[in-house]
Amino acid sequence: MWKYSPAPESTAAIKLKESYGLFIGGEFVAPNSGQYFDSINPANEKHLAKIALADATDVDKAVIAARAAYEKYWRNMPPAERGKYLYRIARLIQEKAREFAIIESLDGGKPIKESRDVDIPLVAAHFFYYAGWADKLKYAVPGRDPQPLGVAGQIIPWNFPLLMAAWKIAPALACGNTVVLKPAETTSLTALKLAELLQEADLPPGVVNIVTGAGATGAALVNHPDINKVAFTGSTEVGKLIQQSIAGTGKKATLELGGKAANIIFDDAPIDQAVEGIINGIYFNQGHVCCAGSRLFIQESVHDEVVRKLKARIESLIVGDPMDKNTDVGAINSAAQLATIQKYIDLGSKEGAHLFESNIELPQTGFWCKPTLFTGVSQSHTISKEEIFGPVLAVQSFRTIAEVIEKANNTPFGLSAGVWTDKGSKIFNLTSAMKAGVIWANTYNKFDPTSPFGGYKESGFGREGGMHGLYPYLKF
Amino acid sequence: MERLQVLKTYKLYIGGQFPRTESGRYLPIVNEGKTIANVCLASKKDIRNAVVAARKGHESWSSKTAYNRAQILYRIAEMLEVRASVFINELENKGAFKQNATKEVHQAIDRIVYYAGWCDKFQQFFGTVNPVASSHFNFSTPEPQGVVAVLVDSETAFLSVISAIMPAIASGNSVILVAPDSNPLPALTFAEVVNDSDVPAGTINIVSGSIEELKSTFVSHLDINALWYIGGNHALETYFEKESSVNLKRVRVYADADFETEKWDSPYMILDGIEIKTTWHPIEKIGVGGASY
Repeated sequence: MWKYSPAPESTAAIKLKESYGLFIGGEFVAPNSGQYFDSINPANEKHLAKIALADATDVDKAVIAARAAYEKYWRNMPPAERGKYLYRIARLIQEKAREFAIIESLDGGKPIKESRDVDIPLVAAHFFYYAGWADKLKYAVPGRDPQPLGVAGQIIPWNFPLLMAAWKIAPALACGNTVVLKPAETTSLTALKLAELLQEADLPPGVVNIVTGAGATGAALVNHPDINKVAFTGSTEVGKLIQQSIAGTGKKATLELGGKAANIIFDDAPIDQAVEGIINGIYFNQGHVCCAGSRLFIQESVHDEVVRKLKARIESLIVGDPMDKNTDVGAINSAAQLATIQKYIDLGSKEGAHLFESNIELPQTGFWCKPTLFTGVSQSHTISKEEIFGPVLAVQSFRTIAEVIEKANNTPFGLSAGVWTDKGSKIFNLTSAMKAGVIWANTYNKFDPTSPFGGYKESGFGREGGMHGLYPYLKF
Repeated sequence: MERLQVLKTYKLYIGGQFPRTESGRYLPIVNEGKTIANVCLASKKDIRNAVVAARKGHESWSSKTAYNRAQILYRIAEMLEVRASVFINELENKGAFKQNATKEVHQAIDRIVYYAGWCDKFQQFFGTVNPVASSHFNFSTPEPQGVVAVLVDSETAFLSVISAIMPAIASGNSVILVAPDSNPLPALTFAEVVNDSDVPAGTINIVSGSIEELKSTFVSHLDINALWYIGGNHALETYFEKESSVNLKRVRVYADADFETEKWDSPYMILDGIEIKTTWHPIEKIGVGGASY
C-alpha cells in the first residue's frame, strides 16, 4: 500500500462574507433579535462566517414576503417563464460549481471529490430537470387541472446541504409555489450563496426566502398559519412531531426521514464489485446518508471472504482533510453528531458485536470517526435497529432467501435497500419483496433528478425527484 | 297463518369468517321506533384480530396477478348485481326511498366495475421509466401500502363504502372497514358478496362499531399502514392526523359526501393508497457502440 501525496483544493477561488443576514424579499436583512451564530469548519473547528439567527418574527416576515411574491409574481407568471428562471439558475450553478463545491466541503466536512462530482452537479441537474416541467404540469396529472399550493415551508438537513435545497426548491418553484427554506444550522453557507445567485438570476423578490437557525426556527416555520405545505428532510423523530403539529391544519406534507437500509449480498454476487458497493453504501459522505446501507446481510457461504475483503478495503480508505482531492472519508459534520456515533459504537461493543475499525491516524483537531464495521451482529442489537448516521456498518449473515427477506424487512424504516447477485430473476424477487422506496441492484447510493426518491413506513411519505416529485407541490 | 319470516343475524367479517364480536355487545338498528336488527358492537380486540387477518390478506391479495385482481373485482360486481334487491331493501328498511336506494346500489355496482378495470392499468399510469444520466436502467412502480383502515361516517350508507374500499384494494391493499353508523346493514351484508367472489380471506374485513370508541386502537396499531376517514368531523380528522404519527400512517380524509359524482371514479383515488418504488440496475455496456468499462 502506498501513500498519496496531499492534493488539496485551493480555497482562493471562493468569496465568503464575514456575516450573512436572512434572505427575505430578495434582500439580505438583519435578524430581529440581532443574534448571529458561528458556522465552523468541522475538519479543523475554524470559524467560517457568522449566520443570522431567525426567530418567529423573522419567519413571519419571510412567509409574508413569500405570500406576496406568490400573489404578485409567481402564481400568475406564464409557466414557460417560470421554467426559464429555473433554467437560468441551473446554468448559474454550473458556472459557479467549483465555488459551491469548495464551500460545501469547508462548511460540512464532506470530501471535495463528493461535493465536486456528486452534490453540485446534481444540484444543477435538479434545477434543469424541473425547469422543463414548469409548462408541462398538466401532462403529469392527466385529466386534471393542476394548481400550485401556495407557500411552501421547507426544512433541510446538513448531510447534502445544497442538494437538499435544490430537491426542495426546484419542484416547488416549477409548480408555481413560493418558498421559505430553512437550512440546517451547521451548514447554511451554500444556501446563502444560492441566495446571492438567485439575486444575480433576477428571480423576483420573495419567491425564495431563506431563514437560518436551529430547531426553534424550523418549528416557527412549520407552525406558521400562512404556509400551505411543509417539506422536511431529517430525522424520523422530528418528522413525527411535524405530522402532529400540522394535524388538522390542511397543510400538505412531504417527509423524507430516517433509514436503516439492508444491503444484501448473495453467494453468486460479483464479490469484488459488491465490496466496492458496500463500502460506498456505508462510508459515502461519512455515512451521513439517510439511505445508507447500514445493515449488511452476507450469505453464509461467502461471509468470511466478504468480511476479509471489506476489512482490507476499509484499511485503504483515505480519511482526513475534506479539501484533499484524494480523501475518501471526510470530517463528521459536528461535535454533537460525533458524540451520537460514538455512543452507538460503544453500545455495539457492549451488546456483544465484534468491532473492527481502520488502523489510521486521525487529525488532532476537528470531528473524526474511523470507518467502523461490526460483525456478529444480531437483529436485536441496537446498532442494527437504530439509525446511526455515521460510518458504522452492522454485519449479519443469512442462509436462505426467505430468511433474509424477513430480516431485511423487519424494521420500522423503509427508505432503501441493496441487492447483490448475478442472477436477474433473483434480483427482481428481492427488489419486489423489499418494503422500501428505493432499491439498488448491483449498485448503491445513486441519485438522479429524474428518479423518484422517498420512503415506505416510518421513513416518511411523498417522493422527491421525477414526475412523482411534482405531486406533493400541486393541487389536482 | 302467515309464514314467520326468518331474520338474519348480522355478524362481523374478519379473515374470511363471520364471527360475532368477542365482546358479546350489540347495537340495535332502529327505524321509526322499531328495531330492525341487532348488529355487533365491535371491540378493540376485534380490531386487533382484524389487523392480523388483514396483514395475511394483504400478502395473499397483493401476490395475485393484476389480471386476477381485476377479475375478482368484476366478480364482486356480478355477485352484487344478482343480489341488488337485498341491498336496496336494507337501505329502504332504514328509511331510504326506493328510487334513491336503487340508484345508490346500481351506482355502487358500476363503480366496482370501474375499479375492476383499473387493477391492471394504474401501474402504467403511475409507473415511469426514468432516464437517469448514467448507465442504469431505472424505473418506478406503484406498490400497495399494506393494511388500510377505512372508517366511514356517511349518510350514504352503501355507496360511500364501495367508493372507499374499491380504490384501496385495486392496487393490492387489504382493508378493515368500519361500517357507517347511519346504516351499517348493507356494508355488513356486502361481506357475503365478498365471501362469494374469490376474494382471499382477510383482504376485506368489515366490522360494525363506534368510530369514537375504536379510534385509539386504529391510530396506535403499528401494523396498520394507512387510515382513510370518510366523514366531516374536523376534530376527528385532526385526531387521526395527529395520533397516526406514531408510525407515520398515511392519513387521507375525504370530507365531501357527493359519492354520486364522477370525481369518485378516479385513478387518483388509487394513488392515495400506493407507494412508489424506484429500482436501479446497472446496464453493462460491453460490445455495443462507444462502449467501455
